[in-house]
Amino acid sequence: MISFLETHAFSIFITVAVFFLSQKIYLRFKYFWLNPVMISIIFLMIYIKLTGIPYSTYFEGGKIISFFLGPSVVALGVPLYLQLEEIRKRGISILVSILVGSISGIINAAGLAFFMGGSREVIVSIVPKSVTTPIAMGISEKLGGIPSLTAAIVIATGILGAVMGPVFLRLLKVKNGVPFGLAMGAASHGIGTSRAIEEGEIEGATGGLAICLNGVATAILTPIFIKIFPL
Amino acid sequence: MIEGLFFIFLFLIIGEAISKAADLPVPGNVIGMVLLTFSLSRGWVDISKVKGVADILVKNLALLFVPPGVGLMVYFDLLKKEWLAISVSWFLSTFVVLGVVGIVQKKFDDKRRQGD
Repeated sequence: MISFLETHAFSIFITVAVFFLSQKIYLRFKYFWLNPVMISIIFLMIYIKLTGIPYSTYFEGGKIISFFLGPSVVALGVPLYLQLEEIRKRGISILVSILVGSISGIINAAGLAFFMGGSREVIVSIVPKSVTTPIAMGISEKLGGIPSLTAAIVIATGILGAVMGPVFLRLLKVKNGVPFGLAMGAASHGIGTSRAIEEGEIEGATGGLAICLNGVATAILTPIFIKIFPL
Repeated sequence: MIEGLFFIFLFLIIGEAISKAADLPVPGNVIGMVLLTFSLSRGWVDISKVKGVADILVKNLALLFVPPGVGLMVYFDLLKKEWLAISVSWFLSTFVVLGVVGIVQKKFDDKRRQGD
């Protein structure tokens, strides 16, 4: 029995099945805290705990799904192209917004972790938290952080941004359009962008653009910041 | 469908190759995304050839984060050790980035609209 649950096919099946159900529930009730990514993750954690299957066994199958993150990020180039005119009209302002966001994110994340008594390792691991996982892990590794901890924080940041981002932005009167998409992509990378896509083409496209710009900006600025403020 | 997959993976491996060869901190898929956008805008790739596959991938992006997200459970002990510094920084700075980018861009947009 257990060997059946440990097959790749079953890991893929349970992931897709749980996500399918979570999405149904979310679309039925539309409460922001029922975010399907978050609900699926919680449910699968409970499932793994209950069955006693090691996470590594589950992920053997799970990574076949996650593999498609690579091509999917490339595919974000399509909505980006379709909205290029709209983005061009805003010109340099998008670069400025992301740059200010990146700098304030680095200073904020590092500063808060520092004042809350975080060790250097943890501070460096947390700084690139808004950036897409592969970039964030690269930054963390280069500066002496713990890349796997960074990956965990990045995912947690994505979920937080996807769940709370739209509510918070609405409070700030940023309801949709380019500012919404940029903020979601810059604060919470692909998971935030997958939520932004629900709002429309332009939100999805600018989310993808923000992943790219914020990733590059943070990769360049973090080492400089760490050099100026040796932790 | 096959043609679309061909182009998506073509740009993915070109991006990966550039990232590896130049030892860039930017991953191949992000470089691939920029190159795809650029190639579409130059007319090197026809949008109708990639749109179908791209739509499927982009619309289902959220599912792909579920398996690594479940991996958070592996780090519970590590997170427990310095949970205060991690959680305060994680929570507050996520809102800071959201707010800063959203508000700055909105201010720019409002200004531009007034100028019209």
